[in-house]
Amino acid sequence: MWKWLTTLYHRLASPKWFYQISGLWLPWFAVVSLLFIGAGLIWGLAYAPMDYQQGNSFRIIYVHVPAAFLAQSIYVMMALAGVVLLVWKIKMADVVAQSLAPVGASMTFIALVTGAIWGVPTWGTWWMWDARLTSMLILFFLYLGVIALREALKPQDTAAKACALMAIVGVINIPIIKYSVDWWYTLHQPATFTLTEKPAMPASMWVPLLLMVIGFYAFLGWSLLLRARAEVLRREHKSGWVKDLLQRK
Amino acid sequence: MTPKRKKKLWILGLMLAGVSVTVGLTLFALSSNINLFFTPTQIQAGEAPENRQIRAGGMVVEGSVKRDPDSLRVRFAVTDSNAQVWINYDKILPDLFREGQGIVAVGELNADRELIASEVLAKHDENYMPPEVAEALEAAGKLPSGSQESSEATEATY
Repeated sequence: MWKWLTTLYHRLASPKWFYQISGLWLPWFAVVSLLFIGAGLIWGLAYAPMDYQQGNSFRIIYVHVPAAFLAQSIYVMMALAGVVLLVWKIKMADVVAQSLAPVGASMTFIALVTGAIWGVPTWGTWWMWDARLTSMLILFFLYLGVIALREALKPQDTAAKACALMAIVGVINIPIIKYSVDWWYTLHQPATFTLTEKPAMPASMWVPLLLMVIGFYAFLGWSLLLRARAEVLRREHKSGWVKDLLQRK
Repeated sequence: MTPKRKKKLWILGLMLAGVSVTVGLTLFALSSNINLFFTPTQIQAGEAPENRQIRAGGMVVEGSVKRDPDSLRVRFAVTDSNAQVWINYDKILPDLFREGQGIVAVGELNADRELIASEVLAKHDENYMPPEVAEALEAAGKLPSGSQESSEATEATY
């Protein structure tokens, strides 16, 4: 298993191999993401029972929670790609980091907006400078910073290193987001889902949520591959295999 | 891993550790500003300033909600099961406001250490359940405290 993983890792470092294999993976991610998000949305919005206190407004959880999960895990992936770039000097890692940033920024934005919409009926306000909301806003700015930094710096290698460093340093914000609701008094409630305990909601509510989370991750795989493939072609447009590819079409 | 890569990984790790310690200490030093609200215990201990806008948070004490029959004025106590603070408010309460519910009130403390609120926000907890389950749990007396329906709780007037 480990050997297989290291082989995969080294092969993925080759843009040509990545381009070929990702073409095979792409449709699977697309199908899984559409199926799961479709099923999860219909189940969650129409069939899941409403909450005893919040009524139907709690249903926004089916978008809010997956988006917030992705917002944080995409940042961690971006930081890991940064480590791979800086330590192993694998250029593909930068392609991945570059492709992850806009997806992560969008997910953070969705989490912030859905949270605000949810806040109005339940809390009575759409924004509060509490630790969870503020650290999530900082995450959004970190994404925007990484995106802007890449645009601002030339040449590409310098920009890649700077972005990697910023992503790695910014990863400190992730545990702050996660534990903000436990460390400080916040308006945001503590986590409903933990790895160690049973979810604080019945299966009829969390199964559609699980479908949404899987669907969102598959969507991430789909959009990441699409973006990374386009970026590989752009960066490798002078190499032989890209020219061959273009001629064949 | 080559020694050079190992060294780079160490440098990155040390850098991250350094920044973490810095951020951690900063957050620790600022923790009183990061906390969204004062607890009733802190307010009774005199930690919250008077005549300045503060936020107070806690559970609405069962049976403490007193409404003025002619206006929106309402008076209730919040507790952290240790101390309690009275809150006076004259605007519309959020839908989730009920006895036993966690709330955050924004306002100023008066000389009697009562909060004159300009805004009341409802907190909700991390538990979600369908209404039938909540009813069944309530019938069995197993509903976790702090999330009880106050529909039949008597609301005295003042």
